[in-house]
Amino acid sequence: MKTCNKYKALVIGTSAGGLKALKTLITALPSGFCLPIIIVQHLNPQSDGFMAHYLNQLSHMNVKEADSGEPIRSNHVYIAPANYHLLVEKDETLSLTVSEKVSYARPSIDILFESAAEVYMQCLIGIILTGANDDGSNGIKKIHSLGGLTIAQHPESAEVPIMPQAAINTGKVEMILHLEEIPKMLGELCNNPQSGKHKSI
Amino acid sequence: METTNNLLKEIQTQDIEIDLLLEAVFKRYGYDFRDYNRAHIKRRITHRKQSLGLNSISELQHKILHEQGFIEVLLRDLSINVTEMYRDPSFYNVMRKEVFPLLKTYPFIKIWHAGCATGEEVYSFAIMLKEEGLYARSQIYATDFNPVVLETARKGIYPIAKIKEFTYNYQQSGGTHSFSDYYIAKYDSAILDQNLKQNIVFAEHNLVTDSVFAEVHLIICRNVLIYFNKELQNKVVGLFSESLVKGGFLGLGSKENLMFTEVFDHFEIVDPKEKIYKKKVQLA
Ligand SMILES: C[S@@+](CC[C@H](N)C(=O)[O-])C[C@H]1O[C@@H](n2cnc3c(N)ncnc32)[C@H](O)[C@@H]1O
Repeated sequence: MKTCNKYKALVIGTSAGGLKALKTLITALPSGFCLPIIIVQHLNPQSDGFMAHYLNQLSHMNVKEADSGEPIRSNHVYIAPANYHLLVEKDETLSLTVSEKVSYARPSIDILFESAAEVYMQCLIGIILTGANDDGSNGIKKIHSLGGLTIAQHPESAEVPIMPQAAINTGKVEMILHLEEIPKMLGELCNNPQSGKHKSI
Repeated sequence: METTNNLLKEIQTQDIEIDLLLEAVFKRYGYDFRDYNRAHIKRRITHRKQSLGLNSISELQHKILHEQGFIEVLLRDLSINVTEMYRDPSFYNVMRKEVFPLLKTYPFIKIWHAGCATGEEVYSFAIMLKEEGLYARSQIYATDFNPVVLETARKGIYPIAKIKEFTYNYQQSGGTHSFSDYYIAKYDSAILDQNLKQNIVFAEHNLVTDSVFAEVHLIICRNVLIYFNKELQNKVVGLFSESLVKGGFLGLGSKENLMFTEVFDHFEIVDPKEKIYKKKVQLA
């Protein structure tokens, strides 16, 4: 098992308080940030692409809701549409399904993280931000077990600490960072993938 | 390190087993899921494996080949039949305003609903065609590859509990009547106006393995392509392009996009948000 020479994608999961946290994170990313970003934020089923639109206006990256079959490209941020699960396919395209909710959620963070982990393996970064349930914890375990890098927002800096705390409780989170520290760390990881890794797998 | 390697091996093994299982399903039963989105299929299959307490996907394949009736269980796992009347009302609004006026110019209109599931979408259109004075000269083909959902579609009877949502959607879609004109309530059921069926033919048709069966003016295929990989999307959209008259219309689901397919240049965009396309009169 090799460590990653160059990360290929970043997945983020969040729920309550997520919009604000995502705004902070995405607008603070260095320009020329190297990774495509794929996001699940639990939303209510009616919301009509508002978040993508809003973040797109604030960010230098292209933020959009994911379409089915869409190739994953850098400089893009893909957001799971309300009421669809978002998955990563082997050929690095996105796919959507309306299969059952997982822990009451659709989109489900676990589904995104687990599918992305199998595709990107050790070249994936997964982050859990503020949120009010434990969706994403299984995803974090899977990313970790396949050699990817796992990060949780420091519960103290989270609007709702339950979700990052649940991720941390799995024992598989490698970095616990305050929200403001995350963009900088991501920028560093982008240039030097080893900067965060202290483990020797 | 050991464990990560084992896990990688395990994932590879599962991928092989899924290939073999889908091959077996196709060879034995003719249902071809080989080019459906793998991540989705994999989740459904491993889920079934776990809920039956099986040790491997190969054991699942054994059941499929040797256990009478088990294929139905798998078909149910692999199909998503979620639907509703006037799903995404704005789609219907644009259809009514932008597409129907052009359909009006034809003396006879053929419409194909591909992947109609339990029929809600078909009846939604039938009502809209009635209200716009087009129904009498329309021939509607409603197809799906799953005979179980088609049976429900043929009946046109839905749980009364859904009527509130249907009514709301109908109003949002630009309906010109009262939705209660179109059904009668009986116990727990809403029975749709049976006259709506007059010009509808429900039939089994598999988009992967069957071919063109009619030349049509409008194809509605919503929330079906999202389950197909790129190759299969190309193939099926090619089938649609073949089936449409020049200047015919194609309506996809809100998250489906012709842009990522090979036949994109056969079409012009009528409404980018509602994913409504028109086949070019002159193909380049
Ligand atoms: C989610 S439903 C869509 C129903 C409706 N069109 C809507 O948008 O609400 C998808 C349907 O596609 C059907 N389907 C899946 N694969 C198919 C195939 N190869 N050929 C025909 N129908 C298929 C399924 O049986 C299911 O009923």
